[in-house]
Amino acid sequence: MIKWIAAGVAAAALLASPVLAAEKIKIGFVTTLTTPAAAIGNDMRKAVDLALEHIGGMMGPLEVDLIYGDDEFNPQKGKQRTERLIKQDNVDLVAGYIWSNVLLASAPTVLEAGKILISSNAGPSQLAGKRCNKNFFNVSWQNDQTPMAMGEVLNRRGVKTLYIIAPNYAAGKNMVSGVERTFKGEIVGKDMTTWPTQKDWAAELSKVKAVNPDGVFIFYPGGHGPAFIKQYQQAGLEGRIPLYTVFTIDSISLPRFQQAGMEGVLGTSMTQFWAPDMDNPQNKRFVADFRAKYGSYPSFYAAQSYDTIFLIKSAVEAINGNIDDIDAFRAALEKADFDSVRGKFRFGNNHFPIQNFYERVVVKDSDGNWTTSVRDAVLVDHQDIYAKDCAL
Amino acid sequence: MTFALVVEQTLNGVQLGILLFLLAAGLTLVFGIMDFVNLAHGSFYMVGAFFAATFAQWTGNFVAGVALALPATLAVGIVVELVAVRTLYARDHLDHVLATFGLVLFFNELVRLVWGPEGRSIRLPVVLDGSVDLPLGITYSIYRLVIIGAGLMVALGLYILVNRTRIGMLIRAGASNRTMVGALGINIKFLFTIIFGLGAALAGFAGMLVTPVTQAEIGMGEQILIVALVVIVIGGIGSIRGAFIAAIITGLIDTMGRSFLDVLLLTVMSSNAAEAAGPALSSMMIYILMAAVLFFRPQGLFPPRGV
Repeated sequence: MIKWIAAGVAAAALLASPVLAAEKIKIGFVTTLTTPAAAIGNDMRKAVDLALEHIGGMMGPLEVDLIYGDDEFNPQKGKQRTERLIKQDNVDLVAGYIWSNVLLASAPTVLEAGKILISSNAGPSQLAGKRCNKNFFNVSWQNDQTPMAMGEVLNRRGVKTLYIIAPNYAAGKNMVSGVERTFKGEIVGKDMTTWPTQKDWAAELSKVKAVNPDGVFIFYPGGHGPAFIKQYQQAGLEGRIPLYTVFTIDSISLPRFQQAGMEGVLGTSMTQFWAPDMDNPQNKRFVADFRAKYGSYPSFYAAQSYDTIFLIKSAVEAINGNIDDIDAFRAALEKADFDSVRGKFRFGNNHFPIQNFYERVVVKDSDGNWTTSVRDAVLVDHQDIYAKDCAL
Repeated sequence: MTFALVVEQTLNGVQLGILLFLLAAGLTLVFGIMDFVNLAHGSFYMVGAFFAATFAQWTGNFVAGVALALPATLAVGIVVELVAVRTLYARDHLDHVLATFGLVLFFNELVRLVWGPEGRSIRLPVVLDGSVDLPLGITYSIYRLVIIGAGLMVALGLYILVNRTRIGMLIRAGASNRTMVGALGINIKFLFTIIFGLGAALAGFAGMLVTPVTQAEIGMGEQILIVALVVIVIGGIGSIRGAFIAAIITGLIDTMGRSFLDVLLLTVMSSNAAEAAGPALSSMMIYILMAAVLFFRPQGLFPPRGV
């Protein structure tokens, strides 16, 4: 009889006591997991999964509970998904975001809830300057910086006349203003195309042909990049007018180019803060394990996502898992005390990185795969130009 | 603004117009003859593109891929008519819109299940994948010339079908007076199935042609469907001739707007303002044209006879 009572009490105690598991940090990660742009989102997800594997699913004393959200390549959907993460899933922190327009639409939801927001890719000028926020961090770059580096490369190459084609949305405008800021030659033509619907550039390419500039500068991330370069080739411009790109040729599109036998892409130059062959222990481990696990080179989107997880981990460890103390959490994030795959990393006053930008060239690796390789630094310890407008 | 550029942009405009025509032809027949609002017409454009991409991959040849994808898209159109659309004719337009919007969602999800979310591209044969030197110093993409040629041939075929065959006579009669055709003992159900399938195949063909230039992707049909609706409103609902002329006009206006509007605006305003206004205005121009047509000639520029 006593045995039964004892067993009953024990069972009741088991039911009543909270489950004895580690406490959790809930991270929402918003990216694009459907539409053709899902190729980018999946690359980011792979990197986040790899980072979680490398840290054993733990950040200090906290177990990581990561929830992915799909923005469907659409600002409205991204905002809705973000609201669900905040209100329903009750996450501690939101990260991710490929697209500047999605981030701009979603940021108020997170920031008004008093939560930390970390952009793993998008770096719109608005959030770097006047609308900077103490709880917003960016681990990639401000949109203008990479094209500013490209402007320098163009000057060094002696390009005198440039034609610009870019999509007409937040990031596209930043990219154009970036290259215009540093390029010293003459801009002989500029077309801003409807984003993301326009995928046929027949009219724009005909204008390029008529103007015959020294170079063409484009920014077309995701599936638009290969489509543009294919049409550039079909229009007979490849080999006649050099194409200079930012965020258009990456580890996601290169296998497609290689499959399609588009040799013209080899040797093309772009600017970037990172490349798979950068020489530091953190990057070597990241690239080697990513390739071993997924069989492809990681993209820069993946690199930034990997860094995102390590940045959060460094801050959680510094405050010993006490993430409810948001001021301490933020202060720990500001220190950026983690090993970035790009080497040196620190935050500026506006919580955007101050970092180097390099020229990057498309090459064949020892196995014949097309990849990108880092060249000289073009901008050193570079801070974005909007930081001065930020009151932080 | 050289002569070569104008010629080239005209070719670009005609090429866009041809694609729009292929889409609008089916849409205008279904709308005009069957009095059926089909928002899912763009789905056939998408399905055709994915079929062509898959078949081209299997056979290793783009032309063979299209040859297989055409009957496949026709079959999809006929099945959709028999299973879903047929039950809707007696209902009003709002039900058509709701049901076909449901079909759009259905097809998008189906394509996602079958082909995955990332889209497919088609590699062109080497002969087509490049540019050709035309007289007057014009260099033009070979494949875009192929699109123009193929589209014109289809337009000619449709012209013969509609004006020289029995089925075409029924289609014309149906466009003018549907009830009378039924009253004269014509199997109107069969006619509707044929028209719907034909429209689907034409839309699919447009999707097949555009895929080597861009790529096959989920939702590709929705954007272009809006433009196709503009085309049939301008051309006159139910009129193939109207659809053809309106499609070419729309293609030309869109392309010319993108090419020359910013230059024209520069002559009247500052360069910053022109840069901002140019793209915005050029994407509005076809809608402005549609509004003007609706205002001055609500039945469209070339309505079918007898309406």
